[in-house]
Amino acid sequence: VLLAAAGALLAPEVTRGQGGEPRTFAIRGAKVFPVSSAPVENATIVVSKGLITAVGTNLTIPPDAWVIEGKGLLVYPGLIDGFSDVGIPAPSAPAGDTGEKPHVISRGPEDRPATTPWRKAADEVNATDPRVEAWRMAGFTTVVAAPKGGMFPGQAAVLDLGGERPGELVVRSPAALPVSLQTSGMFRSYPSSLMGSIAYVRQVWLDTAGDTKAAALYEKNPRGTERPKYDRSDAAIADALAKHAVVLLPGNSALQIRRALRLGQEWKLNYVIYGAQAGYELAPEIAVAKTPVLVNLKWPEADKDADPEETPSLRELRFRNRAPSTSAALEKAGVKFAFYSGGISAPKDILPAVKKAMDAGLSAAAALRALTLSSAEIFGVSQVLGSIESGKIANLVVTDGDLFDKKTKVKMVFVDGKKYEMREVLRPSEPPKGSLTGKWQLKFTTPQGDEEAAADLTMEADGTLTGTVSSDRGGGNLFNGWVSGDKFSFAINVQIEGNSSDVSFTGTFEGNSMKGTIQAMGYTFPFTGTKPNAATGTEAGGAQ
Amino acid sequence: MKLRMLAAIVFAFGFAIVLSAREKESGALAVGGAVPSVILIRNATILTASHGTIEKGDILIKDGKISAIGGMLKAPGDALVIDATGAFVTPGIIDCHSHIAVDGSVNEGSVSVSSMVNIADVLNSDDISIYRNLAGGVTTANILHGSANSIGGQTVVIKLRWGQPAAKLPFEGALPGIKFALGENPKRSNLRVLTGERYPVTRMGVEETIRSAFTEARDYKKAWDDYNRRVSAGETNLLPPRRDLKLDPLVEVLEGKRLVHAHCYREDEILMLLRVAKEFGFHVQTLQHVLEGYKVADEIAAAGTGASTFSDWWAYKVEAYDAIPYNAALMTRHGVLVSINSDDAAEATHLNQEAAKSIVYGGLTRDEALKLVTLNPAIQLGIEKRVGSIDVGKDADLVIYNHDPLSAYAVVEKTLIDGRVYFDRENDIAGRATVEKEKKDLLEKAAKEQEKEKEKEKKPEGKKPEEKKPEDNPRPPHQEMLGGAK
Repeated sequence: VLLAAAGALLAPEVTRGQGGEPRTFAIRGAKVFPVSSAPVENATIVVSKGLITAVGTNLTIPPDAWVIEGKGLLVYPGLIDGFSDVGIPAPSAPAGDTGEKPHVISRGPEDRPATTPWRKAADEVNATDPRVEAWRMAGFTTVVAAPKGGMFPGQAAVLDLGGERPGELVVRSPAALPVSLQTSGMFRSYPSSLMGSIAYVRQVWLDTAGDTKAAALYEKNPRGTERPKYDRSDAAIADALAKHAVVLLPGNSALQIRRALRLGQEWKLNYVIYGAQAGYELAPEIAVAKTPVLVNLKWPEADKDADPEETPSLRELRFRNRAPSTSAALEKAGVKFAFYSGGISAPKDILPAVKKAMDAGLSAAAALRALTLSSAEIFGVSQVLGSIESGKIANLVVTDGDLFDKKTKVKMVFVDGKKYEMREVLRPSEPPKGSLTGKWQLKFTTPQGDEEAAADLTMEADGTLTGTVSSDRGGGNLFNGWVSGDKFSFAINVQIEGNSSDVSFTGTFEGNSMKGTIQAMGYTFPFTGTKPNAATGTEAGGAQ
Repeated sequence: MKLRMLAAIVFAFGFAIVLSAREKESGALAVGGAVPSVILIRNATILTASHGTIEKGDILIKDGKISAIGGMLKAPGDALVIDATGAFVTPGIIDCHSHIAVDGSVNEGSVSVSSMVNIADVLNSDDISIYRNLAGGVTTANILHGSANSIGGQTVVIKLRWGQPAAKLPFEGALPGIKFALGENPKRSNLRVLTGERYPVTRMGVEETIRSAFTEARDYKKAWDDYNRRVSAGETNLLPPRRDLKLDPLVEVLEGKRLVHAHCYREDEILMLLRVAKEFGFHVQTLQHVLEGYKVADEIAAAGTGASTFSDWWAYKVEAYDAIPYNAALMTRHGVLVSINSDDAAEATHLNQEAAKSIVYGGLTRDEALKLVTLNPAIQLGIEKRVGSIDVGKDADLVIYNHDPLSAYAVVEKTLIDGRVYFDRENDIAGRATVEKEKKDLLEKAAKEQEKEKEKEKKPEGKKPEEKKPEDNPRPPHQEMLGGAK
């Protein structure tokens, strides 16, 4: 019964393109924020066959247009999440040579550890990823999405968050080639150190250049020339770079940002730094380097499970305090920057995070630009996205108030000229009896044996549940998460046997334990959960 | 009486370090502001390391360099004058074996030849150890890769310019180095559980690994030389050899452009490396640890190789059992250029005392002892024209002690690098209140914000106050276990 009820609640999401609509719209009499120019009161936007065909104050509305009365409404360009994995399902377990699995031991750079640059977000798009709808409901019409995992996880694509078939979402591919400097996590597998990761990435650039040169020479004169080896990674990277994919280098602290600047210059890349939260310390330096940056909106904060007795270092406190002022510093220094959701799992938290940056000095115009046109420019799609101009893709957000006002509601969203209206999610809403916030260890038994997963949950006052679940089988961000009384439910979307599947967790909780049922691919099995870091007084007493 | 005084001083010194350790920023606060271009240190006992001791002498610093040494020197009106009456000035201490200021692991332990990695890529200018070492008088350090590999990563000499970005740390013009390691750490036969099987597992294998790497490097160098020759002869459409970041630094070693610093213990492995080096035609710049060096001091001296050892650190593993505290003195007497190093962030804070031990064990003179941590490591690192002694024209890297630095009573009052004060005990102490206040304010601000968040949430019912359980904190594998130190 519980499952049935939960099933009903988890029923497909609430916004969809309405079928059978005319392909021409006109929004009349709204306040329009084109971003590329100053806001216009009482303006009209005409949208036809997916494109903006006219914007202005004294327009003749085409006779076949479906007219939307825009009085009291504000229209913004569709928001762009500058770096994310929305729409890209997490890989099912052992994801190629990610180097993350104990049995994949790399013995050097030639093994190409944790390197999958041939993966293309454009090829892995899953239009039914629930986050596509969730992000769209929050006003995001576009994401720059990349596969996850490894030092060269794959090629990012600019995706529009509308459409039925995966191919319909792709605006540009490849748009970017993200690089991370992660280590194997094992002493025995290369690279096991940060300096190893850097040396590895450096070698890959060299090899890619070498292979390209060798291939060209061989093509000219194959007879009598030693045949160059084929390397899947190098070929994919060379291809992405030839197509002007911008390289994303990580850098969050001042130390890391400076390192990224140095490496980007040494490697002569067309590069962008992502993270950039300590940008407040060195915005002028970034400006001198003329490097665009992607600012992670998941501002640093105290760990939910942090030991209250342990005080963080002053360095860390300063960082937490000042990180949101980064974008204001970048604006002042004239650095091109865009925002990305980073670790934010609930899209409704994204704009409040931008608001925090505005409270720390960022102008509203620059904030809006960092969510729209700047991203489009950084990823080479400003011809078609990022502003409300005639000829651009009709990605629009229509609100009933200022975008950054807490009370403002997104009324409708246009993606590629298709209208999506918003409705509220239905769910039970008793006051929660306790809190699920914290790190949980989930145990369950599948036909393959005993397994474990880790859930990092955040519960809000109204019972809304967000967070992440991770396990050997993959993981992802929560959606449809709620707590009501002592009941809870949440779901994640993972790749199972090549298919994207929803896995839902429903059950009850008390204190630091939970129990319930996991539902996936038509199977159900029980699970239990505990908070390993929290010991209740009862348990401590019981142990004696 | 003496003992009580010692205890008091040790307490004061230790306390100061603990306090400054708590706040990474205290040093940065202490050294803020404009840097005077002229500094006059007056009326000090100057231990020059190159030409004896000058009583009641002055040192004039101009634009970061020592411009005059002597008595009754005059400085322009805007000069910063430091009255060092009763104090002692030494050259900045040079630590020839350090692992501070590294972001991430100091070991790329996955492979037996990890020469593709470079410590210079991961210098961490935020490491508090830099500041603590300054408080112990260290101004220059040889930042080494760990000892997990027969041939380890590329290394870099830095100046401890606390507060400057990482790119400003490397010692300008100092030759880069590379770490080698012999014996137990690279063969790691006792660490298989942690690190898995990896060739080599014997000392024979370590030798073979080095030999094989240099054979490869020799071929690689030849391939590039051939290629470059054919290109300059006008040939076109030539495919260059693959650039191999693992072999590039080994070619530099063969060409004398990169210094070899080899971790070693036993006499047999020391001789092995000297033989292999001779065969391949490269020079071993320093033997590190080299605790059995006294047994083969003549051979080390004949090879023109330096030795960088501990004062009296031994028996922490089997290959360190034959160590004796006379090692530094005996090797010195046999013509080896010797330095004393720390290999440890804490040990580095009292290298002056470590050097002094060789006066007791082996009867080195005061000058010889001081050289172990100043001029000798400077020569070993090829930077003696710039640092290592108090001579006109050298960098103004200086330490001002309140007592004789070759005693246990000495505490560093000021440390200067390039004529700039990077550590000042008085300023540090004066700055602590400000730092504490800033921290308190930030914590309160964060708490208030949290409170606001909580007010928004309704308090969950029935939640019992959580009792803390002693933490079951699994200790991370120690660096030493993984071949990080010693």
